[in-house]
Amino acid sequence: MKSEQQLPVLLQGNEAIVLGALAAGCRFFAGYPITPASEISELLSLRLPEAGGRFIQMEDEIASMGAIIGASLAGVKSMTATSGPGFSLIQENLGYACVAEVPCVIVNVMRGGPSTGLPTSPSQGDVQMARWGTHGDHPIIVLATSSVLDCFSITIKAFNLSEKYRVPVIILSDEVVAHTRESVTLPGPEEIRVIDRIAPSVPPEWYKPYAANNRGVPDMAAMGSGYRHHVTGLIHDEKGFPTQNPQEVDLFQRRLHDKISKGFNEIQVSKSIMMEDAEVCVIAYGSVARSAMRAVKEARAKGIKAGLLQLITLFPFPRQIVDSALRQCRVAVVPEMNMGQICREVARVNRSETRIVKHNRIDGQLITPEEILKYLVSV
Amino acid sequence: MREEAEIIRQEYLRHDKKFPHVWCPGCGNGIVMGALLRATHNLKLSKDEIVLASGIGCSGRMPTYIDFNTVHTTHGRSLTFATGIKLANPELSVISVMGDGDATAIGGNHFIHAARRNINITAIIINNSTYGMTGGQYSPTTPYGSKSTTSVYGHVEHAFSIAELAVTAGASFVGRGTVYHASHLDKLIGQAITKRGFSVVEVISNCHVQHGRRNKLGGAVEMMQSFKNNAVTVGKAEKMTTEEMEDKFTIGILADIDKPISTEEYRRINRQAERDADKVVKAKVKNGVKRYEE
Repeated sequence: MKSEQQLPVLLQGNEAIVLGALAAGCRFFAGYPITPASEISELLSLRLPEAGGRFIQMEDEIASMGAIIGASLAGVKSMTATSGPGFSLIQENLGYACVAEVPCVIVNVMRGGPSTGLPTSPSQGDVQMARWGTHGDHPIIVLATSSVLDCFSITIKAFNLSEKYRVPVIILSDEVVAHTRESVTLPGPEEIRVIDRIAPSVPPEWYKPYAANNRGVPDMAAMGSGYRHHVTGLIHDEKGFPTQNPQEVDLFQRRLHDKISKGFNEIQVSKSIMMEDAEVCVIAYGSVARSAMRAVKEARAKGIKAGLLQLITLFPFPRQIVDSALRQCRVAVVPEMNMGQICREVARVNRSETRIVKHNRIDGQLITPEEILKYLVSV
Repeated sequence: MREEAEIIRQEYLRHDKKFPHVWCPGCGNGIVMGALLRATHNLKLSKDEIVLASGIGCSGRMPTYIDFNTVHTTHGRSLTFATGIKLANPELSVISVMGDGDATAIGGNHFIHAARRNINITAIIINNSTYGMTGGQYSPTTPYGSKSTTSVYGHVEHAFSIAELAVTAGASFVGRGTVYHASHLDKLIGQAITKRGFSVVEVISNCHVQHGRRNKLGGAVEMMQSFKNNAVTVGKAEKMTTEEMEDKFTIGILADIDKPISTEEYRRINRQAERDADKVVKAKVKNGVKRYEE
């Protein structure tokens, strides 16, 4: 008998994120109401208690982020969801999660900014902020969703990466992905791979909470599991205690970055569509990738050798994947609902003669297939 | 007494590389730490079941020295982390130690909401009327007229009364003590930890280095003596006039009420939701209708 998850269901992106989180083992959510992310809170307030988890609405997003870090330290997979203004507020404790290596997932359903901006319109204005928003040099993983099915699978992926690398993972969705309803068939539980953090296997007195191992990711003990240790936002030694010793500081900082670099192959995900023989390509992500897909198909119908490179992992920026697309194509069109935040990354890694064409829309409206097609035809 | 002190020193302090501590000679923080350790020791709580969270500042360093599960969080956010920890594992005894700036300036919103929410957490707030670690700037509890490095002409704003703020915000238990009344403080902290619900202990403490020196309040000894002279028990204060209470403050238990505790309410919700989920599944099968959630 087919499980219920395998039957087609009508879902919006925000709901799919909730189901993805539950499937990935998320059992704690803290959030603050904000458009266009509120449905995630609402549905989780219903579903988490059924699954034995806890939902709490905090006094602001700073508190939400603090609470999910706390829950994760106590051994429970946790998530928060917000949008632009709230994403600004979570940045403080996001840095804490980076430095204390606390797994957690942050959903940012992007809306128009800056400030209160355009609360009910889609945008991709927070891309570089997701990478660099919290202060200090830090590694982070940023994934972008473009469809309802994506929202489900990328949320699971986000939890898995977060647990495996002990790093906060940001999911960038947008207002259109969040609120579009699509009929999808979700994979059944047996098709879903769930990764959990590795608990220490040594006796508690030997446990060093931040000691480097060959993965670069220390084993993580839950508070209350008998492995008493110290967690701090200060730069710390392998026992977790503050240090200013330049050697220890350097070792720690480099390990934070290296643990992500070591996982590039697994972390950096993209979809190549009709790229095999493409001479012109569109590099897109989020809801724009869907317009791009349509544009590429229409260009193919006109005899143009067009392809789509859809980025799912935005950061760490998939340099090699983009580089090989750029080497192959004469022209790369980078349409974005911002002034070119990923385009600058594309330009940065461009080592060939490829012409990079920006297309930017910042009026709160989606980029249409026609707009992208126009470039594909003219170049 | 000496024996107990030795047991506590051996049993609870992290000796390896963590000492000497960062606090100035005569600082009240050590007395609060001692009181906390004596309280948890007397309650026979195991070290594994206690989580001690702190924010930033001199008080923020306390967890570093103690062999509990310890979290040194961001400035003012200690209670938010504590909330997540407690909800994720309600079996843990969660204590949050903060300073006056930490708890009532940058963390003021979290503080009143934690009190309103009534999650079973103990908040210890060391009130030394200044930001000591950053060099003696005025805090939300710096008295009107006082000098600080950011109120060199005398402070023109007015101070919070932390314990009264906690009472108004709805905390289940609110106590105030001082670092002079150390054994009283042991008891207060013990009662706060035992209390089911959000409990607050405000500890009036001395920062003779930053606050005392600039306001000619003397050294640690003089400041502690002033706590002795100005502290009035809650019972005694009731019989005193407003004029008599001028420049004095109350110590003791300011609130001890019983109301539903969020941590337990959440458990009730879990049970209810699990039951309802069963019902929905049964109803669904009966009607042949499938909700997408199931």
